[in-house]
Amino acid sequence: MAEETQAIDPDGDPYWRGAAEGELRYRKCGACDASIFYPRSICPKCGATDPDWAVSKGEGSVYACSTVHRAPPAFADNAPYTVLLVDLDEGFRMMGGLVGTEAIAVGDRVTVTFQDGPNGRPAPYFTPA
Amino acid sequence: MDFCACLEIIRNVERTAESQAECAAVLWGKSLSLKKACAIAGVAESRLGVVPDSTVLTLQAEAFAAALADAGLEKSDVDGVLVSGAWGRLPQLQICEYLGIQPKYADSTSVGGASFEFHLGHAAAAIQARLCKVAVILYGSTQRSKQDKYIFQIRNDLGYQYEAPYGLPTPVGAYALAASRHFAEYGTTSEQLADLAVSTRAWAGLNPKAYRRDPLTRDEVLDSGMIASPLHRLDCCLFTDGGGAVVVVSPDVAKTLDKPPVWLLGQGESLSHAQISEMPDLTVTPASESGKRAFEMAGVSHDQIDVTEIYDSFTITVLLTLESLGFCKPGEGGAFLANGRTGPGGEFPLNTNGGGLSYCHPGQYGIFLIIEAVRQLRGECDARQVADAVLALISGTGGVLSSNSTCILGLE
Repeated sequence: MAEETQAIDPDGDPYWRGAAEGELRYRKCGACDASIFYPRSICPKCGATDPDWAVSKGEGSVYACSTVHRAPPAFADNAPYTVLLVDLDEGFRMMGGLVGTEAIAVGDRVTVTFQDGPNGRPAPYFTPA
Repeated sequence: MDFCACLEIIRNVERTAESQAECAAVLWGKSLSLKKACAIAGVAESRLGVVPDSTVLTLQAEAFAAALADAGLEKSDVDGVLVSGAWGRLPQLQICEYLGIQPKYADSTSVGGASFEFHLGHAAAAIQARLCKVAVILYGSTQRSKQDKYIFQIRNDLGYQYEAPYGLPTPVGAYALAASRHFAEYGTTSEQLADLAVSTRAWAGLNPKAYRRDPLTRDEVLDSGMIASPLHRLDCCLFTDGGGAVVVVSPDVAKTLDKPPVWLLGQGESLSHAQISEMPDLTVTPASESGKRAFEMAGVSHDQIDVTEIYDSFTITVLLTLESLGFCKPGEGGAFLANGRTGPGGEFPLNTNGGGLSYCHPGQYGIFLIIEAVRQLRGECDARQVADAVLALISGTGGVLSSNSTCILGLE
């Protein structure tokens, strides 16, 4: 996967630096209080610009999950593995990988952890709480 | 007061303040209805399936010529072109050049497989605004022969950088997540989804152009191998070549043609998100918005629809779309699809050409929904004909449940 290079852009850079420091960062709108994920320069709810950065406690519940058996080529060696959508307690949703092969179901509580992603850069993953 | 009456008032130099105010309310107070603003006069596919001796241009030229012949029109009549394609550098320019058309009206709205249902609404609006009279909607793909798997690439830029580390296969993984949510929330089962694949295959058995026509059983779907749970291989659409064309004309042109016009009675469209992690509710698609608008414009109710063509990229796509359109309540989609209800002879004729699951799926399938609905309303479907069909609903979904346009078509 040649395109799997370090994405450095003004929206994502503080997020990935946070992941390297063991912090799950998101943004919080100063005008309407919306929790914003993925991080971006404008609030998708009210349109206010330049929302604040905040740090999540990294606790949430599984909103949806799928175990991948037919993986994209770059991930084939790891299959089967499970991909989650997690609703964080701060009120935002994100995608994450499940660490390990323990059974997981919609509604289960999970906690964030950080490990190297396929490009060698630390990324948030989740473990059962 | 209708649109034409408003135009008269605007043109009249002695108009009164009252008439101007009334006119303004009509023109700006709400959107103009597209009901019967245009008719579909011609439809055609190119060769489908595996077509190695072709390009995206030759397939579109094939469909274009056949659709014009179906309509009884000439290339020189065409003054509008609407295209979507994931090929070349600038598909709209390349196909117009190849066909030798310099359109007065051009639209390349590209929101995935639903693009063509958007195009139908946009063509209607353009025709109503007198911007063109004969618009052609076009699509072609050689993804199967060329093994062009751009659609499966995991991107790592912009918003996608937050999903890229996790290896979710695109697009099937996103639909699998939606299915997992629906299963957990409502108790929907793989058996119910499998039954849709079985019914759709039965329709394909009646369509000589369908790619897979052998009968299918529920167990064969469940045993076809897990791709991304809970979706199996046979919950997924085909990967084929193919092209299509649809000729859309003004009411005055429609009156001059031999075949009965198929009218656009209602259309609605809606965009929700680009990435699955941004979809507000994985069990409700943008069809809930676009469907409402289409039904309101057409002024018809669900039980009046005779035949339904719904984008079936995956079995779960159909279930979610049916619920979002209001054909059944949230959570009832599984029972709605089960036990052959949507197959030949069933209560609810659905995807009568065999769908993206069994007929063809060349990347962006939406144009084939229009083609089949028109043929059903014209009574051209032979063994798979739904008797006395006068109202058809088509609903296109694009991206990862990201975009939807719903159109209601009818005879005079």
